[in-house]
Amino acid sequence: MTIVDRRQNPSGRNLGNRQRFLDRARSRLRQAVKDNIRARSITDTTSDERVVIPADDIQEPVFQRDAATGRRNGVLPGNREYRSGDTIPRPAGGGGGGGSKASEDGEGEDSFAFTLSRDEFLDLLFEDLALPDMLAKKLKAVETTRTRRAGYTTSGPATRLNMLRSLRRSLVRRAALHRPGSAAVEELERELARLEAGEIVPADGRDPQTRIAELREALDRAHRKRAAVPFLDPIDLRYNRTEPQPEPIAQAVMFCLMDVSASMDEDMKGLAKRFFMLLHLFLARHYEQVEVVFIRHTQRAEEVDEQTFFEGRQTGGTVVSTALEEMLKIAGQRYPAEDYNIYVAQASDGDNLSRDVETCTGLLTEKILPMVQYMAYVEIMPQRDRFGLTPRRESDLWQGYAPVADAHPRLAMRRIAEARDIFPVFRDLFRTEGASE
Amino acid sequence: MSADETATPLFQGSSWNFDTLQRTHEVIEAIARDELGMDPYPTRLEVVSSEQMLDAYASTGMPLNYPHWSFGKRFAQQEMLYRKGFQQLALEIVINSDPSLCYIMEDNTMAAQATVIAHAAIGHNHFFRHNEVFRAWTEADTVLDELRHARSFVMDCEERHGRPAVEEVLDAAHALFAHGVDRNRRAKHPDPAETRARLADRRRAARDEAAELWLRTVPHRAVDTAADAEADERRAMGLPEENILMFLEHHAPLLAEWQRELLRIVRWFSTYFEPQRQTKLMNEGCATWTHFEIMTRLRDKGLIADGAYLEFLDLHSMVVAQPQFDQKGYSGLNPYALGFAMMRDIVRICTEPTEEDTAWFPDIAGNDAPMETLRHAWAEFRDESFVRQYLSPKVIRDWRLFQLVDDRAAPDFRVGAIHDDAGYREVRRALADQYDPAVLSPRIEVTGADLRGDRMLHLCHWVEDGQQLDPLEARRVLRHLRRLWGYDVSLVERDAATDAEMFTFRSDEI
Repeated sequence: MTIVDRRQNPSGRNLGNRQRFLDRARSRLRQAVKDNIRARSITDTTSDERVVIPADDIQEPVFQRDAATGRRNGVLPGNREYRSGDTIPRPAGGGGGGGSKASEDGEGEDSFAFTLSRDEFLDLLFEDLALPDMLAKKLKAVETTRTRRAGYTTSGPATRLNMLRSLRRSLVRRAALHRPGSAAVEELERELARLEAGEIVPADGRDPQTRIAELREALDRAHRKRAAVPFLDPIDLRYNRTEPQPEPIAQAVMFCLMDVSASMDEDMKGLAKRFFMLLHLFLARHYEQVEVVFIRHTQRAEEVDEQTFFEGRQTGGTVVSTALEEMLKIAGQRYPAEDYNIYVAQASDGDNLSRDVETCTGLLTEKILPMVQYMAYVEIMPQRDRFGLTPRRESDLWQGYAPVADAHPRLAMRRIAEARDIFPVFRDLFRTEGASE
Repeated sequence: MSADETATPLFQGSSWNFDTLQRTHEVIEAIARDELGMDPYPTRLEVVSSEQMLDAYASTGMPLNYPHWSFGKRFAQQEMLYRKGFQQLALEIVINSDPSLCYIMEDNTMAAQATVIAHAAIGHNHFFRHNEVFRAWTEADTVLDELRHARSFVMDCEERHGRPAVEEVLDAAHALFAHGVDRNRRAKHPDPAETRARLADRRRAARDEAAELWLRTVPHRAVDTAADAEADERRAMGLPEENILMFLEHHAPLLAEWQRELLRIVRWFSTYFEPQRQTKLMNEGCATWTHFEIMTRLRDKGLIADGAYLEFLDLHSMVVAQPQFDQKGYSGLNPYALGFAMMRDIVRICTEPTEEDTAWFPDIAGNDAPMETLRHAWAEFRDESFVRQYLSPKVIRDWRLFQLVDDRAAPDFRVGAIHDDAGYREVRRALADQYDPAVLSPRIEVTGADLRGDRMLHLCHWVEDGQQLDPLEARRVLRHLRRLWGYDVSLVERDAATDAEMFTFRSDEI
């Protein structure tokens, strides 16, 4: 007999097979993710994704008998009360019957459910997408680390001592161990001094000397206790903990511009919202820090918070250039182009004051496009046009933007009519190959 | 306590080292050989970590295997079950080879290691070496070579033809895994030189076939009648043939050489596992009986401490746990438990027979040669015949076995025979039938391949007791089958008793 110690051999002999399995499931997964994103609201991409894929590629069929047909003879252990010839009611739904009969078309109703983490889900979603010029900015940025507060620790340099935490723990400990406070001691001392001086006599009529002896003993005990239980013990001490945090390699700011004038109805806003969310998710994958600026406009533009942006109501005309100017102003003040990758996403129904279009294209070509990484213009088609009932004339804004987009690859424009258009448009806009030229 | 107080135990405490393993194995093997008359292959113990054990599990317990995604799938499943605590890892895996490989896990305590050695390195190993089914179907000394060949050949094919092409063949072959065994003939033992010769032969045969085609198209030659030709064809192809994988390997018109060799490899695996399918009950029973006997003898000799013996008993009772049919966790008869009970019972019949035993087992009752009787049973039987021969009324009573008839046409289950005088034989017959390999998987034969016509491959499923195929799965397998055959495939379901046609699947309708 020989003994061989195999423990040092590399384990994970099956990693290769595991990878094969995942690869096989992967193409299905990608399809499932795509289907998934079309149908459902984009706002819930933050949770784990349950993706059901057809088991077709990963199933291993064999010829097997259908439990719902024929006669079977089984021998079972543990008979207690049955006699030969007894009948036992068939358990409801038991015997595995039914299920497989239902679908005779050969394509399975049975499928394999996976739970993908959010990261896996988004990785699949954005697998072959990449943002233009991202690499360039990334290389430009200097990698630095800076320290950040990260909880508390029991040891550290004196300069990081956290008084509040330390004293809180000291207080708890002192209370728990019944350490007499200085006020209590002073009270005893005062009473003792007055008794000794004869200023007072015990109220219950006892001999003052008895009370004095009592007080002396109590004081003595208090002093001993205070000596034994320190005010601040080393175990109370808490220090601020810091952690080096990499400074974002590249940071991005995303400007969301939306027309909220009366011509944009709730549906159209909803579509725009999904587009923005997807863009934000995408940027968050690639930049450690993405800031978002929401600018809404009617005939004048203002920066608002997210909720107001999507839910606030406002009426008025439509002057798109105000939003562009506002965006330029904010970028100039807070997001210098040399520190930030600037992305602009504009959603509109295309209506604009006709004389403003020229201002817009002027702003775009001269100021905005030179400084941004990318600008996406999405035109949301109004409800009535989604079915092609009325012949759609080119919108004012579209007409104005189209020549600019032809000349500048950094500006992309698409039309969206329904929720399921968003993802393809999104893929289109940020397709890896298409973006670089 | 009969423990010999003067002997020193082989080990103390729960931790083990190579020295204690070595000594324990020596003592255990001595008991097995000298006292029980067992004769296992030489053993190589391989100590592995739990991760490696999980790995071995997924590759169907083989020390090396060809790469395939299905092993990854199994691995993912096993890993999930293990990590979530639904399932414990096996304590050992033993490979039927010469010398036999016995994997033991490093996390086991020494008491568990001793049990594992007695169970696998002695029990299974003796069974592998002597059981007729194993001797007929597997050749222990070439197992490792064949595995090595399979692995390198598959990897080589992947390099040449691409992974998808190889996987397509393997997937299809796996779907027919259970139909790759020569049940009627003894498995032919592969030999590397023979393999080469076979491949050359096949090429020559293909050339000859082409020549024949040319001959037949020469106008002067008399054309055979259609009936003659068909009969010839059937004879040439050895129809009907129930080894579908072998049929495809030899006769599928469009397969390339490497594809045929892949089919043969899968067929080899199928053949390798066939004895294990046929002797699960006996194999586990033999191993369990052996470890119980050896551990008890060790305790009696004072070679293991009472603490270790108690630990062993705990382990043993876990192994032979048999929930009743209506209890939670019941998943059929536990082969470890039933095998163990039957073998204990055989020993009892040999040494302390009752009147009943004398009537039922006149040839062995009271022969006072329990080991000889057991060794004979281990060597000559498989599960089905073992149950048919040795299941005694006492075991049926102890287990309170009963027969349950499930006829889908009837509204209720019906209780057949139970553990009474009228029922013993019927219960025994029904249980033996359950272990019959013919009952375990559906009987499907290749009945025809219209090579002169549309080249449709005809299969027939002989339906026993009205148990038809699961249509969904059957269609999926047919799809795989069509990929290998290259032309359409049809599968007819016929009642085995009446020959009546029940259903037809066709790959061109899917």
